[in-house]
Amino acid sequence: MIQIKNIYKTFNPGTINEKRALNGVSLTLEDGDFVTVIGGNGAGKSTLLNAIAGVWPVDEGSIYFDDVNVTGLCEFRRAKYLGRVFQDPMTGTAADMQIDENLALAARRGKLRLWGWGITAAERQEYKKLLQSLDLGLEERMTAKVGLLSGGQRQALTLLMATLQKPKMLLLDEHTAALDPKTAAKVLATTDRIVEEHGLTTMMVTHNMRDAIAHGNRLIMMDEGRIILDIRGEEKKRLTIEDLLHKFEEVSGEEFTNDQAILSK
Amino acid sequence: MTLVSLLNRMPGDVAIGIIWGIMALGVYLTFRILNFADLTVDGSFATGGAVCVVLITSGVPYPVAMAAAFAAGLAAGLCTGLLHTLLGIPDILSGILMQLALYSVNIFLLGGANKSIGVGKYSLCVSMLAVSISIVMEIIIAAVIIGVMYWYFGTAQGSAIRATGNNPAMSRAQGINIGLMKVIALALSNGMVALAGSLMAQLNGFTDVGMGRGAIVIGLAAVIIGEVACHTLFRKRTNFMLRLVFVIIGGVIYYMVMGFISWLRVPTDGLKLFTALIVAAFLAVPYLKGKASSSFRKAGRRGADDL
Ligand SMILES: Nc1ncnc2c1ncn2[C@@H]1O[C@H](COP(=O)(O)OP(=O)(O)O)[C@@H](O)[C@H]1O
Ligand SMILES: [Mg+2]
Repeated sequence: MIQIKNIYKTFNPGTINEKRALNGVSLTLEDGDFVTVIGGNGAGKSTLLNAIAGVWPVDEGSIYFDDVNVTGLCEFRRAKYLGRVFQDPMTGTAADMQIDENLALAARRGKLRLWGWGITAAERQEYKKLLQSLDLGLEERMTAKVGLLSGGQRQALTLLMATLQKPKMLLLDEHTAALDPKTAAKVLATTDRIVEEHGLTTMMVTHNMRDAIAHGNRLIMMDEGRIILDIRGEEKKRLTIEDLLHKFEEVSGEEFTNDQAILSK
Repeated sequence: MTLVSLLNRMPGDVAIGIIWGIMALGVYLTFRILNFADLTVDGSFATGGAVCVVLITSGVPYPVAMAAAFAAGLAAGLCTGLLHTLLGIPDILSGILMQLALYSVNIFLLGGANKSIGVGKYSLCVSMLAVSISIVMEIIIAAVIIGVMYWYFGTAQGSAIRATGNNPAMSRAQGINIGLMKVIALALSNGMVALAGSLMAQLNGFTDVGMGRGAIVIGLAAVIIGEVACHTLFRKRTNFMLRLVFVIIGGVIYYMVMGFISWLRVPTDGLKLFTALIVAAFLAVPYLKGKASSSFRKAGRRGADDL
């Protein structure tokens, strides 16, 4: 169970650029919950995921992974609990290292990195099978530099790296936004398969309402650093885009404007 | 300025070149693997020489003196790493600060600006008095260092250092303590540089606080010359081991060229200018190549054609 208790984050406090990006967010995820996150540009979606990942400390509130209070742990110490895929395909992998070496780095997440081999023969066999499951032909290119891969291939690889050791939580921040529609669909399908296979507790930010509705068992909408909608269960299953627009207007008291059209249909 | 005099000086130049190559392996570690321009080396090279000479002249056997030089380099790199990671000082400045600090440390160690070992008084690892044996010793030392580097960068820790240099954001997300990796890499790099300094001092039978001046540029020159040579000979078939070997070869080529130029009686002060020009040129090549394939001027010309 993941518990986020009343967290706040203000960027550049006391300057003219002061920005309250998280304004009292509380959220509890049951094991195996797959939550899609939507909201307009600047709503605080990435900030919420970064707060969970520990990119910087939160100003107030606390974060628990099961019964571990991780609020005071910095990013690399929290990493052992988390799998992450970023919006920019460049962010998630080491471009000058080989495909198998990248996987091996991920396999050692949260472990002491000393003088044992950086990758073993047994691991290579295992990675070959895993890469086969992506169906991108990467198993034939295990020693190729990741920099030679396309954006979609890199995102699929990052997804594999994020889940190589079962994380307590998988954080996906618009991980298909930089891809063309066809590739995006393929990466999303892979995401579904991997999440289901391991029963991963997942948060997936997307700006695509259709995807937000089609995937996961729960949907939250953010606005101005708050969670303004939380839909789950049967209600989530029956949800339509029209419902979502209605609800947004109801809760925020605003009409759905072009500004928020980033929530593309 | 006879051909004989050029041939006569060649073995000595090779002996010096290999030492620069060993130092350049340390530069390769920070500059190419960690992606950190570490200027500590100008200081730590001289520190290695100073520690070694002081210990040898007080009767310590040379292997111990060289180990101490290595340790002193480790400590110097550690300080640079801590200035950068704990105090948030930018990489170049951390190195410059340490380089400056080491200058005082080195004078203090030597009790002056220079110190000689004295001819034939102590047993040494390498010496200009026995050039061929010295070259063999240096090749053995270089081979051991390359072997250890090859092994180390295949371990989990070495891979983490490579990842840190390649993509710090990804490394943090994979749970790598990138601050610690930088400190370890800087320490190891300067340890190797100081070890090279201890060899240079023994070879010359003499050390000087200014011995490391320009070492970073010489190291870069060796790394770059080695890369060009390696790429020319092996194209895509290079591997990490070959690249390391070619750093040593780069050091030798660099120093042979310098030897040739000074044989032409170009004043030695001019050599530094020459080195700087060569390194600047080689560092600029990848950038200029990129610009040649996509430049504003060409885009402007293409745009004008459309009218
Ligand atoms: N590191 C940062 N420094 C300053 N401001 C930030 C930072 N990260 C996010 N913000 C600001 O916080 C707000 C929320 O951003 P973000 O969470 O990225 O929005 P989104 O919902 O589009 O992902 C935005 O106004 C953004 O400019
Ligand atoms: Mg975002």
